[in-house]
Amino acid sequence: MEETVNVSTQEKKRVSPQLENLKNVWRKLRSNYLAMAGGILIIFFIITSFAGPWIVQNDPLAPNVADRLQGPSAEYWFGTDHHGRDIFARIIHGMSITLYIGFTSVFIGMIFGVFFGVISGYYGKKIDAVIMRVMDVLLAFPGILLALGIVAVLGGSINNVIIAISIFSIPVFARIVRGSTLGVRQLEYIDAVRALGASDTRIIFLHILPNIMSPIIVQATLRIATAVLTAAGLSFLGLGAQPPDPEWGAMLAAGRDYMWEYPHITLFPGLAIVAVVLAFNLFGDGVRDALDPKLKT
Amino acid sequence: MFVYTIRRIIQTIPVMIGVSLVVFLMMHLIPGDPAQIIAGEAAQEEQVEQTRERLGLNEPLPVQYATFVGNAVQGDLGNSIRSGRSVTSLIGDRFWITVELAFYSTLLSIFIGLIAGIISATRRNSFLDMSLMIIALFGLSMPNFWLGLILIQYLALNIGWLPVSGWGTPQQILLPVITLGTAGAAIIARMTRSSMLEVIHQDYIRTARAKGVKERYVVYKHALRNALIPVVTVVGLQFGVLLGGAVLTETVFAINGLGRLVVEAINQRDFPVVQGSVLVLSLLFVLVNFLVDISYRILNKRIELD
Amino acid sequence: MENENMESNESIIKVDNLQTSFFTHKGEIKAVDGVHFDVPAGKTLGIVGESGSGKSITSLSIMRLIDDPGRIKGGEIIFKGENLLEKSEAEMRSIRGNKISMIFQEPMTSLNPVYTIGDQIAEAYQIHEGTSKKEGLRKAVDMLKLVGIPSPERRVKAYPHELSGGMRQRAMIAIALACDPELLVADEPTTALDVTIQAQILRLISRLQDELGMSMMLITHDLGVVAETCDYVAVMYAGKIVEYADVYTLFSNPKHPYTVGLLKSLPRHDIDQDELEVIQGMVPRPDNLPEGCRFAPRCPFARDMCHERLPDLEDLEGGNQVRCWIHTDQWDGPEVNVKDDYGSAQSSTS
Repeated sequence: MEETVNVSTQEKKRVSPQLENLKNVWRKLRSNYLAMAGGILIIFFIITSFAGPWIVQNDPLAPNVADRLQGPSAEYWFGTDHHGRDIFARIIHGMSITLYIGFTSVFIGMIFGVFFGVISGYYGKKIDAVIMRVMDVLLAFPGILLALGIVAVLGGSINNVIIAISIFSIPVFARIVRGSTLGVRQLEYIDAVRALGASDTRIIFLHILPNIMSPIIVQATLRIATAVLTAAGLSFLGLGAQPPDPEWGAMLAAGRDYMWEYPHITLFPGLAIVAVVLAFNLFGDGVRDALDPKLKT
Repeated sequence: MFVYTIRRIIQTIPVMIGVSLVVFLMMHLIPGDPAQIIAGEAAQEEQVEQTRERLGLNEPLPVQYATFVGNAVQGDLGNSIRSGRSVTSLIGDRFWITVELAFYSTLLSIFIGLIAGIISATRRNSFLDMSLMIIALFGLSMPNFWLGLILIQYLALNIGWLPVSGWGTPQQILLPVITLGTAGAAIIARMTRSSMLEVIHQDYIRTARAKGVKERYVVYKHALRNALIPVVTVVGLQFGVLLGGAVLTETVFAINGLGRLVVEAINQRDFPVVQGSVLVLSLLFVLVNFLVDISYRILNKRIELD
Repeated sequence: MENENMESNESIIKVDNLQTSFFTHKGEIKAVDGVHFDVPAGKTLGIVGESGSGKSITSLSIMRLIDDPGRIKGGEIIFKGENLLEKSEAEMRSIRGNKISMIFQEPMTSLNPVYTIGDQIAEAYQIHEGTSKKEGLRKAVDMLKLVGIPSPERRVKAYPHELSGGMRQRAMIAIALACDPELLVADEPTTALDVTIQAQILRLISRLQDELGMSMMLITHDLGVVAETCDYVAVMYAGKIVEYADVYTLFSNPKHPYTVGLLKSLPRHDIDQDELEVIQGMVPRPDNLPEGCRFAPRCPFARDMCHERLPDLEDLEGGNQVRCWIHTDQWDGPEVNVKDDYGSAQSSTS
């Protein structure tokens, strides 16, 4: 019997570890029904925000006094508001405003947050202390209040809401990125790369950032949900999108005076906000579980 | 513990300085001349000059800041542009209403959140667990101002004895507290659940079982106490979100709290009132976070080592 | 009185065909697959094996502390004449920590961080003897004294993080022994400790075993520990027992190639060794067990029959029980003396 089983020389397929990892994440994500539902909803909302305005016939801005305050019907699926405008058309047109605010504000906040976080974690010492104290100060303003203060200074408009929410998101990203950077920095291979003479920029972009993408992606997804809620809140207070823009928070504020008799006027815009926020929360939870089950927010 | 408390107090000082600096700078970041803003749009050159002189707005910024902080420490936050009343007295009336609202909402969210989280964790993957977690996800995804509107529409109007606005009587308190506490309850429920599930696999839980401890005590005595430690931090953070959320809830229910004051002041461009209210709310949050950190220390005996 | 001698020969616990599996999405994983052994009253049985051999799962099965997705599938665990696998959960609870106690490998994480050492010892009295907390704490001081913790009156109020690893393990022992158990299951009790502390803890356990007249099961990967403390040894490999013997027989006359391999990899002080011999390869993963004898892929004597059919655990003349074809009539290879030929056989195959 010459046949011997040799365990040690098992052939292993050579696949790049990043690709392998990505496949793994996708596999986990795909088996998570709730996350997939969230993801499909997000894609559906994005398509709606682009294609919707072309498909919906009624003008979201044109008043129609004859048809004011009508309940849901075949012509007006979600009824009409106090100016006789089609609520369904307004919600479809409002989708792009909501997603625009959500994506841009989180993207800007993420860029600055990651920048400050990496600098802080990588260089440490004084620069870390200064950046983190500033972030502490930003976090000391409770909840929506920081965004509220910024909008108070800048004035109410969609772009100012984006600026406010971006600033409001910076410390959240900065803290998470700083923590992850500290963790990666301690790894021996970073020392090895540095010993080879790599520049700081090279180390940060090639060796640190790729290793801390998971928490950034997770945070960004969940943060969009917060951004949408905050933006709707600011508009509800009259400090964000201004009438007659079909922004959902502003629609709720305008509908308040009529909601006693015509509940549909506040029901549908609210449901629209819930649907978008829920989709991002579902997807974000799933991404977190798939990327790193140990992450908590 | 004493040393930690002192160190923690010292740590909050730069944060408080930073907060006051940001609030102070608000006035100077607004496009336009602060003196003109305070004196009013219609004010004459002369009046504007007088205002500038009176409030020291021609001094260098550091001097102005020092004056601002000095006055604030003595309880002087300036006067309202609209009513002329002192900002401190305007805030004083309303401060406790907002504190009460935030406090009751926090209590509600802790109560509901803990119960739901524990039930979910102990019946993991059951129908009840799934239902609770989906409800929590909705609670998390709902704008509180919309929830408030819905509660008014479908509860207050139908039940009759639930008033739709104001603050003071238990009936008046109920709906705003549910409105503001729901998101917090959802977050605490999710956190409690995941924390419990993590703790239940720890070695010391096995030790307790090996000792013959009843499952009920394993959960409530050995696991829960450890699982609550991270939940405490969330409660603290949640309190901040809640203070911010009070702005919206107070607007929906027409409650004369600090949050509504801020919104009204912003709409009337009454910046001293905005500054004062934001400052007070933020300092309150800093204080609460300080208390939460201290209690976290007391609960988590392990950190004292390092 | 008259049957005192007889009793010492009786077993306190007898495990028969124990099967514990984990049911995952990949299918059933047989962690413990038909294990038999018994522990004579007052004696110590060592269960030896590499990590992944199923020895810890065996000990947790005896306590009936297998967590989901694991389940005890079959077999019997007879403790003092009664099958533990037929007990209700409530009956089991009154046995755990009372008649059968267990100490674990990780003293750093096995104590609850939010309760004092005293509370955790007293709890055992509160559960099993119905004592008040105050009385329990008083008894806890005695226990701490017994396990050799200095100034027990003070330490009873200490939290786990205030104690060193060795002191924590002593506290764990105090919890386990509080209610005077008849059987102590010790799962790698010294593995996580410093070498000097290891010896102290082992000596403490042995001394207390004598003083309290307990029986003991010691789970370890360390044959040195076995030699010092055990009366009988069961060697486990991939969920099965491959050799069982009293400690003298096992060390002087091992019969299974795996046992011989383990012994050869032990550093010795009585002879000069240039290098330690190690067993080639790795323990097979329980979700991917080889057909036939599970040690065959690593065995220097393995032949076709070993890869094809699983041998039974058979009694040999010297007192060993061995699961190996070499010692059966069916062995189709040349005569082998496992102990003497192991080295040369290994060098010829590798």
